[in-house]
Amino acid sequence: MAKRVGIEVSVAIGEVCKLINVDVVAAYPITPQTHIVEHLAELVADGELDASYIPVESEHSAMSACLGASAVGARAFTATAGQGLELMHEVLYVASSMRLPIVMTVANRPLSSPLSVWGDHSDAMAVRDTGWIQIFTENGQEVVDSVLCAFRIGEDSRVLLPVMVHLDGFHLTHMIEPIYIPEQSEVDKFLPPFNYPLPLDPERPLTMGAFGPPVIFPETKKAQEVNLRAAKKVVLECWDEFGKVFGRHYHPVEHYRSEGARVLLLTMGSFSETAAAAIDKMITDGKDVGLIRLRLWRPFPFEEIRQAVKDAEVLIVLDRAISFGGPGGPVCSEIRSALYGEDKRPKIISAVSGLGGRDISIAGFEEIVGRGIEVSQTGSEQEFEVFGVRE
Amino acid sequence: MADYIKFGKRQVTKEEYLAPGHRACIGCGEALAVRLACKALGRNVIISNATGCIEIISSQLPWTSWRVPWIHTLFENAAAVASGIEAGLKVMGRKGRRSSDKVNVVAIAGDGGTSDIGLQALSGALERGHDMLYLCFDNEAYMNTGIQRSSATPFGASTTTAPAGKMSIGQVTWKKDLPSIAVAHNIPYVATACPSYPFDLMDKVAKGAAVDGPAYIHIFSMCPTGWRCAPELAIEIGRLAVQTGIFPLYEVEDGKYKLSVKVPKLKPVVDYLKRQGRFGHLSEDTIQEIQDRVHKDHAKLVDKVASSAAVA
Repeated sequence: MAKRVGIEVSVAIGEVCKLINVDVVAAYPITPQTHIVEHLAELVADGELDASYIPVESEHSAMSACLGASAVGARAFTATAGQGLELMHEVLYVASSMRLPIVMTVANRPLSSPLSVWGDHSDAMAVRDTGWIQIFTENGQEVVDSVLCAFRIGEDSRVLLPVMVHLDGFHLTHMIEPIYIPEQSEVDKFLPPFNYPLPLDPERPLTMGAFGPPVIFPETKKAQEVNLRAAKKVVLECWDEFGKVFGRHYHPVEHYRSEGARVLLLTMGSFSETAAAAIDKMITDGKDVGLIRLRLWRPFPFEEIRQAVKDAEVLIVLDRAISFGGPGGPVCSEIRSALYGEDKRPKIISAVSGLGGRDISIAGFEEIVGRGIEVSQTGSEQEFEVFGVRE
Repeated sequence: MADYIKFGKRQVTKEEYLAPGHRACIGCGEALAVRLACKALGRNVIISNATGCIEIISSQLPWTSWRVPWIHTLFENAAAVASGIEAGLKVMGRKGRRSSDKVNVVAIAGDGGTSDIGLQALSGALERGHDMLYLCFDNEAYMNTGIQRSSATPFGASTTTAPAGKMSIGQVTWKKDLPSIAVAHNIPYVATACPSYPFDLMDKVAKGAAVDGPAYIHIFSMCPTGWRCAPELAIEIGRLAVQTGIFPLYEVEDGKYKLSVKVPKLKPVVDYLKRQGRFGHLSEDTIQEIQDRVHKDHAKLVDKVASSAAVA
């Protein structure tokens, strides 16, 4: 039986990678990801994890080395944040297009300028369309569980796709939390050995990464889209099985006191816990509110979102990133488009807050929800409003 | 190990690992060099190819010219991908998930993919000491995209982004010295080669693959299309590059320089330049400037060879 220990979330990621027995870690340091890769380096140095640790010279090379390692059938892991994720941007598309099940944790961080190492979701939003399976996490336990599930989902022969696990920089990476670290025997039972079906191998020569002329390129992209969408079934299967084995249950959309609520707040990532506390307070104060949290970001859980909000009158979507000059926060845009075709749908209000590590307090969430309700009645001249910012 | 110079063609396999039927231009020195390198490498190889001429002439879905395992991902990362391949194979061998026998991991890229956009990834891979061979096929410009200048384009050459005109001789910078940059990483083996000297090229590739640790070979790859010369002159131009001292053939083993082809008296550079349209606009003064520079660089190389011999 797994023991619950007080552990920093970044260190816990290293510990679970050890239990997963990753083969190759290729990483470049960037705050606030550093503790993850430092702990992995330590585990390798101490002989606790038998892996090749490649201290690459950039994030571009980190992801490129993961491509090579994965292509020969090795289990490859990396971690990055903010600018690092952007530097590997073009490589991310290759990983998904070539069906290489690399797993990466992203310690979410804004994009310069000004330089900021403190958390928000700008980096994640910039890689939305890279074809990776993407999961947003709320707390340390969820991070550890998601990393374990990421390998099982990505390596499933029906999927073979890379998986990104997002965790908020500092607000999660640097927190010491009580976390159940699974036993080796539990991990071995839950995660089958990795057998990449078509590795680069002199015994069986094959060509990977030939270029695609117009007569074949669209077919490759359609196949990729069909494959990523179909991966949702495997994600659900995995979480279902995880719940049975470990007793912790995960869903594409998580609910908190949302049943029958007239007003819903939608969040992603670690700020959801403060949001839940704010919802508690507002309910005590007699408000008809609830919270939903988007956990599976790609493939997008259309059905679950539609179900979750169908009876609500107002849906306030919190984004921790701005789509500059655009219709609102990127998450809100997606939610709007997912609900546009529904006969019955709530009024959707876009709110942006918590940029660059600025906290959102319980009072802050109350303000966002209060203003959202107001705007739903009066309308607003703005496409979206930014909260907690000095004018 | 094979010794192609000593035993010549009797040792060269008749197997073609880069299959005929690819789409290289007529007279392509690079395709020839890759073909020869592959013969020296044999079957036990995994190739990581940067974007560039060789990638586009040999791969187009749903076809491939490759009879050995081959991966292409991006332009600037051939060395980083090869790093991952090498590390992956090593750890899987250690964990008993595959044979622990050595597989030759080879990165190949053009001069742009090596000396410009891929230099950082190459430097990282060499510095980390991966057991891999990096082959730079240098045709002295971005030929695949239409003859744009790179940092490996020679002084005075006219290209589409450094064209000769009333106010310019074309390329106004001297060719970046990639082999010296590789040597500065203190790796066990660095060499230059040219397909006009096929057995020398194959010996070097075999040696570079066998060495324990990183090896770098810079291969002069004649490009009749970009250099504007007759395709049938490609081999002769490669030979002239060596005989004029413009592209000397040498090896650097554990830091010690050795000339592979000794040229007792360098031919004048004009013999090389005049056969190529890219240099057709050069004045006598500019040709003299190139001649002086070649003599100076060659003297430096001869010095390094002499001091290496003295240390040995």
